Formats: sequence, C-alpha cells, structure tokens
Amino acid sequence: MKETGTTTVKRGMAQMQRGGVIMDVANVEQAKIAENAGAVAVMALERVPSDIRAAGGVARMSDPAMIKAIMAAVTIPVMAKVRIGHIAEARILEAIGVDYIDESEVLTPADDNYHINKNDYKVPFVCGCRDLGEALRRIGEGASMMRTKGEPGTGNIIEAVRHMEKVNEQIGHVKVADPDQLMTISRDLKAPYELVKQVHDLGKLPVVNFAAGGVSTPADAALMMNLGADGIFVGSGIFKSENPAKFAKAIVTATAHPTDYALIAKVSEHLGKPMKGIDISTLTEDQKMADRGI
Amino acid sequence: MKIGVLALQGAVSEHVDMLTACGVTARPVKEQPDLTGLDGLVIPGGESTTMRKLLVREQLLSPIKTLVQQGFPIFGTCAGLVLLAQPESLDGLNGTVVRNGFGRQRESFETALTVKGWSKPYHGIFIRAPYLSEVKQPAEALVTLADGQIVAAQQKNVLVTSFHPELTSDPRFHQYFIDQMVAKRSDQVN
Repeated sequence: MKETGTTTVKRGMAQMQRGGVIMDVANVEQAKIAENAGAVAVMALERVPSDIRAAGGVARMSDPAMIKAIMAAVTIPVMAKVRIGHIAEARILEAIGVDYIDESEVLTPADDNYHINKNDYKVPFVCGCRDLGEALRRIGEGASMMRTKGEPGTGNIIEAVRHMEKVNEQIGHVKVADPDQLMTISRDLKAPYELVKQVHDLGKLPVVNFAAGGVSTPADAALMMNLGADGIFVGSGIFKSENPAKFAKAIVTATAHPTDYALIAKVSEHLGKPMKGIDISTLTEDQKMADRGI
Repeated sequence: MKIGVLALQGAVSEHVDMLTACGVTARPVKEQPDLTGLDGLVIPGGESTTMRKLLVREQLLSPIKTLVQQGFPIFGTCAGLVLLAQPESLDGLNGTVVRNGFGRQRESFETALTVKGWSKPYHGIFIRAPYLSEVKQPAEALVTLADGQIVAAQQKNVLVTSFHPELTSDPRFHQYFIDQMVAKRSDQVN
C-alpha cells in the first residue's frame, strides 16, 4: 500500500531542498537559467515582487499555462504562489501538480481572517513568518516548510534578518524553559501548545526554515545562512540584476559555502549592479507585505 | 571509523545524526581535502541536478569517481542513487536510472518494503524518487517493488536506495553499510 501526501513526505521534500537556493522565475527562459545555475527549485510567478510593488493593483495566482510550461521545461521542483486564504487557487495548483505551494503575502490576501487548512492537501505548503508564534500557527495549519517574510521586492535584507533572529531567539527561549512554563509561553506566542512542546523537546522548528524577502547579493545569502537559515529564496534579486546567469550561480555558491569568504569574494567580483532596493522606512503601512496574514 | 557525508546540498544532518547514532564519526565533505582519512562516504538526498553542478564546480566529481573505482565504500540515497547510477556522473552502478520515476511531489509516498535477505520489512519514504528500471551484473537488486521498479541495489562497494533511510528512525541500512561494507573493506586494507 502506497500512502501519498503524508506529513513525512511533505516535510521531507523541504528537507531535500536544504542548503539550496529557490529562485523566482517569470518564464521558461528564466527557469532554465535558474536550473543551469544550480537552483534547487524555481518559483513560477508572472511578476517578481518588485514588479508587483511597482504595478500596484491586485496580485493573484499566475496563469496555469505559464506554470505548466515551466514545469515541462525543467526537471527541478516547481513551486507557485496562491493568495493567503484562497483555497480555490490552492486546489487549482494542486490539480496542475506543482511540487510546492507558497501561501504568500506577496500576493494580495484573499482572506484576512483565515489561512488555508494546509493539512487537507497532498501538495506541501510553505508560508512566511516574522516570529515563532506565526511560524507555529502556520505549522499548526499544516505548513511543511517555513521562510522568513522579510520585505519582498525591496532588495533590503534588514527585515529578513529581523525575522530570522526573532524566530531563533524565541526558539532558544522555549528550548531552555521549564516544562511548567510552556502553556504560558504558548498563550503569549498565540501558538498551539503541542507545537511549543515539540520545539522545547527538539530545540528547533519541526520543519525547515528558509530565508526570504530581500536577499539580493551572494553576501546577503551567506549572511542569512550564517544566521541559521536552512536555505534561500531569491525573488527579484536575480532577474533584476545586470547578469542574471552569473548572479544566480554566485548566490548558489555563497549558499553552499556560507563561511568560505574568499570563495564568496571571488564569485562576487564583477557581478554588475544588483537591484536598486528600497529603504523600508519609506514604505507606507499598506505597502508592507510582511504585515499581511499574521 | 570515519564516514563522510557529501555536504554540498540536501539532507546532510539527517545522515550525520543516523551515522552518529550507529556509533561512527560522521564528517561533512564540502571540498577535496575533506575526503582524506575517510573509511566511507554517504551521498545524501537532495536535488541531483544541483548536486551534480556543485560536484563539478568544486572539482569533487573526478576524485569521488576515482574512489568508486578503487572500491571505496559509498552509500547513495535518492539523489545519491541518481549520481552513482549515471555513467556521466559517478558511474558506480551498472543500471538504468529513471529520475523522478514515480512522478511529481504529489505522487511522493511511503510504503513497507521487503529487503532481500532481511526478515522484517523496512519502511520506505519516497520523495520525487528515482528508480532503476534494470540492473546488470555485478549489480544486484536488494528491493524490487511489485511493479518491477528496483529501489535498492548493491554493486560491490556501492549501495543505493531510491528512498530515504535517513528520514526514518530505523538504522538498518546505515548499519548494513557500516558493518558489511565499510568495516570489511577497512579489514582488507589494514
């Protein structure tokens, strides 16, 4: 008897991605560049986050034809995004057979009360988080992989750094807490008690946690790996740079060797201009994607 | 006894934990010098395309290929099986590999397996897994599914599984590798 869609195979898929880079791609050509550079997966979406910011309006799931064309063009896994709470978009992606669904704050939320019950799906989900409570609520809903939210499309790493540090600091706190304190911690984090207990026992999240939202240079990728990320999502950074193929390869190398600084220096040479970037303090409250779906 | 785990990408820590639980020293291998002083090597699950590119970039492909030819014990899971069975990669097992043979992630599965010569079943976790459509001498199938796909095999010093023993809490495959392949080879060499 073959059992599909189990927690083990859904979480295991993300475990196999560890130490790798997942790249946002908008067409088949970009997907092939990503695969050639050594990406462990691609995220198929029509507009990268910085273009979504620039365009404004409602950002939705991408055209299934575009996603299917990318699935046919590469052998690495293909991920795609759905709006927070949009169960129909998620079922559509599951029907197409994408390998991972990102319930993402980068798109315009469809539901400001409830996230998708991700336990119900055969396809695994990744979700963003800014702190441990948010991570454990998403895992409680069935997320099989976490990532920092960062501040997508800004080319600014500070929010991803904050979110990674916050999660790890809170894990450290839960790990050394007296078992008698766990219910109160669970109340304060607004997180399920069983998952708080699991973090206490394991000393880490029960799923992998990637860095996302603002990674735009090989050094940014190395920084996030050194802060404890299991791997890296790069959105706008690669295909908004001057030489995407070279840039993508350099980020893969920096992620695989995050403490080999001589090597990172070498691959960072003559990469051309990275994306311009945005200072977070210039964003208005409704321009901050990280505050969506908490 | 020291066993290396190729640490370019993938489920490295799971193998390190399993080997440590089996009582051997596990060491991550990221560059050529890390290969010295090892008694065996594990190639973990991950993305085989990515891992192959990194092996070439780090100039690790030919040194590991040479080790395979010299009879050095190597255990590959999932992506490791792909690399060991591809003639253009590590060329360590005489067989035909079908990548993502069971389909996409939606088709990833768990199932009980019968292993040749083992009395109790083994729990197989298959994630976008490859399989071998055939193996030729001197390679031998260890686990064959009802549909004929070969999902574990051995060729002298090379052991491969399509599934992920490192994601279970059952150390039998790692123990087999340590006792029957690494320890025996060390005896011969010393």
